[in-house]
Amino acid sequence: MTRRAVRWIDQRSASAPLLRKTLRYLFPDHWSFLLGEVALYAFIVLVATGIYLTFFFVDSTKEVVFHGPYYPALDGQKMSEAYASVVHLSLAVRAGLLIRQTHHWAANVFIAAIVLHLFRIFFTGAYRKPRELTYWLGITMLMLSLLEAYLGYSLVDDLMSGMGLVIGYSVGLSLPFVGQNLMNWLFDGMFPGSPRLWPRMYIAHVLIFPILIGLLLGAHLLLVALRHHTQFRRTKAQTERTIVGVPAFPGQAPRSLGLMVGTAGFLFLLGGLVQINPIWLWGPYHTYSSTNGAQPDWYLGWLIGALRLVPGFDFTIGHYTVVPNPFWGGAAFPLVVFGFLYFWPWLERRFTGDVAFHNLLDRPRDAPVRTAIGVAMFSWVFLVFMAGASDRVNVTFGIGYVSQIWVYRVIVWVLPALLGFVTWWTCKELQASELVVHERHAAESEARLARLRRGDEPPGDPGALES
Amino acid sequence: MRRTRHAIVSALVLLVGRRRRRPKPEETRLVPALPPNPAAELAVLALLGLSSLSALGFILIYAFGDSLPQETPLLGATIGLAFLFLATALVVVALRLVPTEEIAEEYPPHEHPGEQQVIAELVDESGTRFTRSRLFKLGLLGAGGTLGLAILTPAVSFGPLFHVGDFLRTPWRRGRRLVDENGLPYKAADIEKNDFYLAFPEGTNDEEKDQMAASLVVIRLEPDQLRLPPHLQGYDANGILAYSRICTHAGCAITLYRAPLFQPDEPRPALVCPCHYSTFDPAAGGTVTFGPAGRDLPLLPVYVDSSGYLRAKGNFDGPVGPSWWGVRMWKAQP
Amino acid sequence: MRPVLTLAVLLVAGLLSAGAARAASGTPKDPLAAFGYHLYGQYCLGCHGGNAAGRYHQPSSATGAGPGRAQRQQGGIGPSLHGVGALAADFYLRTGYMPLRRIGLQPRRERVFLSDHQINALVAYVATFGGPPIPTPRPGLGNVSQGLALFTEHCAGCHQVMAQGGYVTGALPPALVQATPRQVAEAVRIGPYVMPKFSRSSISDRQLDSIVRYVEYTKHPVRPGGWGLGYIGPVPEGLVTWFLAIPALLGLCLLLGRRLRG
Repeated sequence: MTRRAVRWIDQRSASAPLLRKTLRYLFPDHWSFLLGEVALYAFIVLVATGIYLTFFFVDSTKEVVFHGPYYPALDGQKMSEAYASVVHLSLAVRAGLLIRQTHHWAANVFIAAIVLHLFRIFFTGAYRKPRELTYWLGITMLMLSLLEAYLGYSLVDDLMSGMGLVIGYSVGLSLPFVGQNLMNWLFDGMFPGSPRLWPRMYIAHVLIFPILIGLLLGAHLLLVALRHHTQFRRTKAQTERTIVGVPAFPGQAPRSLGLMVGTAGFLFLLGGLVQINPIWLWGPYHTYSSTNGAQPDWYLGWLIGALRLVPGFDFTIGHYTVVPNPFWGGAAFPLVVFGFLYFWPWLERRFTGDVAFHNLLDRPRDAPVRTAIGVAMFSWVFLVFMAGASDRVNVTFGIGYVSQIWVYRVIVWVLPALLGFVTWWTCKELQASELVVHERHAAESEARLARLRRGDEPPGDPGALES
Repeated sequence: MRRTRHAIVSALVLLVGRRRRRPKPEETRLVPALPPNPAAELAVLALLGLSSLSALGFILIYAFGDSLPQETPLLGATIGLAFLFLATALVVVALRLVPTEEIAEEYPPHEHPGEQQVIAELVDESGTRFTRSRLFKLGLLGAGGTLGLAILTPAVSFGPLFHVGDFLRTPWRRGRRLVDENGLPYKAADIEKNDFYLAFPEGTNDEEKDQMAASLVVIRLEPDQLRLPPHLQGYDANGILAYSRICTHAGCAITLYRAPLFQPDEPRPALVCPCHYSTFDPAAGGTVTFGPAGRDLPLLPVYVDSSGYLRAKGNFDGPVGPSWWGVRMWKAQP
Repeated sequence: MRPVLTLAVLLVAGLLSAGAARAASGTPKDPLAAFGYHLYGQYCLGCHGGNAAGRYHQPSSATGAGPGRAQRQQGGIGPSLHGVGALAADFYLRTGYMPLRRIGLQPRRERVFLSDHQINALVAYVATFGGPPIPTPRPGLGNVSQGLALFTEHCAGCHQVMAQGGYVTGALPPALVQATPRQVAEAVRIGPYVMPKFSRSSISDRQLDSIVRYVEYTKHPVRPGGWGLGYIGPVPEGLVTWFLAIPALLGLCLLLGRRLRG
């Protein structure tokens, strides 16, 4: 049966040689190599659930009166069609809420998996030549995913996400000199924009960004396959020239399939059992309404922290407002972080002079400076992220908000430097201790060999060490 | 009779399994032969069965769960378990049934100098008739660049790219009455101390109310509490102050009013934004006392007409909303 | 000995205090209010002054503490209670805001150590100075949809749209999960601490009924999507992502892949 199927395919596509190569493509066997796959499978769930959602969402900000006896708290209220369509899907369409929640959980998990995957790539040096291009595609996908997710939850036009949207608009406004023109152009007028804004956001979210991400993803995977995976030096057989791994078929296939189905399973489980973004509770958005405790989704938390930490000043020269306040936290900060991520391979090459090909991965301790800088950078972003939750910390634990802000303003600079140094020192110490162990083993085996040659001891007996 | 016997035997065979044909000798095999693992096989079958049951459960709940209170959790649980059982089956297959070979192979070469050479030569030799290559490159760049720009040009119409006058426009004019969300005009006597009010220009529809420059937060302070700067003197109506409701930091609505009941012991009156906690002092003309806002909150001058209604005396002392390049250059306009 | 002395001081102070303070000096005739007068001397006099006229300057020596003793001897300042009515007294005493435990800080909900009878007495005494009676909100007559709209406009900025509490510079608006309908109605009319004060012309009684009905709803909202996570938005959702979903998926990866050593 298999033979007949393969024959049919090969006769019509001439692809048997390619299929054979693909089936025996080698995957290095390490769990951290599966993180990228988790992201991929979350993306598949996103697209699948997303297509379902497009059949129910109405991308219009036209005002309607909500008639929903199934939800009295909004019955009779005026709201946009977009918001009404999502409330209706969530509360009146069977399995609608399940698929909507799964979609949102998948977005959260998708970006979390990308971040973990990025950590693995960064701290093992997988981005080095010849894989810089693959790496840059990945960073670009991360950036696009953040924007895509932000667009996605802003489309719902509920109170919380509407507040988030106006903040994004303000960050755009704060771009020196051109901000107001750019935002006027993008939103088709001053916030809240024209009726054409919502269809624009919708098309960006369901067509433009998914296609862009999909294309980059395809190129990313193709490059990985063409250049083959990197590998850890787990055994002597693994070298820069020889890759040792599990073939795609039969070994890796059930693993990857199992991971894909398992990811979908966890996401649907969450989608049904844990409520996420209950927008019917927040009510519709108006520019004159707001609520306490509004937060963006976690992957944008670093930006709200930055916006809250920057002291209150617009940088002006005479009457010109050159740099409005939101620019520092909302634009400059992510620019620096992404700039670091993009330029890092080049920076590392410049400062270490290492222009060689690398198929073998470093363990983090093998590159103390890289690991230290990575830890410092991450802790900087993480501390800013934590600062964004200080108001809830105040509410829950009683620690004063203003005091927290002042403390964070200092430690976001001091702690990363400290942690970077500690990391560097730890890596060095780990390396040194390995060297000691290695030398001791070498000395012991040398001594044993010498004793064997002299005939002092029967072979196979470790014996006591001579002084 | 024979038919039933056939059926029973087939079912048994299906369950118990059939010994594979005698395996090929080791040397001609592509994938190593491993001894069968009937326990694992059974486990996989059981898991597949459970997965089917869960998926069926999902379909049944979907079809008949009309008045089930926990519909979404049940649907999620069944479909999630269906996937997870299938995933577990695949994991068992991966770890216990298919061979996990560790194969060594050469990486593809770093580069292919021969092919690179051929490609380079192809390009070079094809261009022997282009003697003014520099000029052609320039021409191509020019044509391609301008063509690309031309293709992008219609995008300019997406919005008013060059016209930012709207940033200065407000729906407020001298004499416009202040009304609440339902269109009822505010009388000065309605504005009580320690309360805060949402106000719009009279005659605006719902869409216009959503413009940033439309909404106000109106409060009343004791006239002797006011410390308005010189350029804002007279903007209040005997202590009634009408501030823009839109925070000058990032555009959120200011819906927090700190109204001390017992002044000696409590923080001063303040208007606060819930997004990043920019705090404005209404007594001093909307100056920023805490938080990241870089610009004072715009104040609308108001007066009380002969019938006691609150009316705008003019326009805000500056553009409304978050800061941008020209926000300090021009005044707000009707 | 102490209470008698306090009463004597009160009498003298009350007789001596001139001015516009409404004359309710001396023991009220109503026995409940009289008992309240006695309790006032025990717990409230130190900050709210003789004849409930208020104290606006820090006294050099202090009286006024209670058997709770978490309330130390304190000399504070406090507003006059003339005209605040049974409404305010009932609110502050039943929430435990008063007697104030720590001077100069935001009053918080505390364990109420006064008995029901004692509170009734104090309320009756404060009521003799005039002011609004205890309100009787009727959430059943309110409309929950109106309630959400009103709550969003007047309250959500501080208390969060699902009444889970929040932060305002210099204060912590509390969550309303413990607030009874009566307390919500009272707080709206008082505007305690830095909360705005909403009179009938700003929020009518019927509108207040709707707000109260909405607040009751926030205590048990519908949660069709499963575990509610506290109804405060993305922060707990992020925690679930990183502490539930990711560990589960990492576990799966560890199961399927190998580690570096063995």
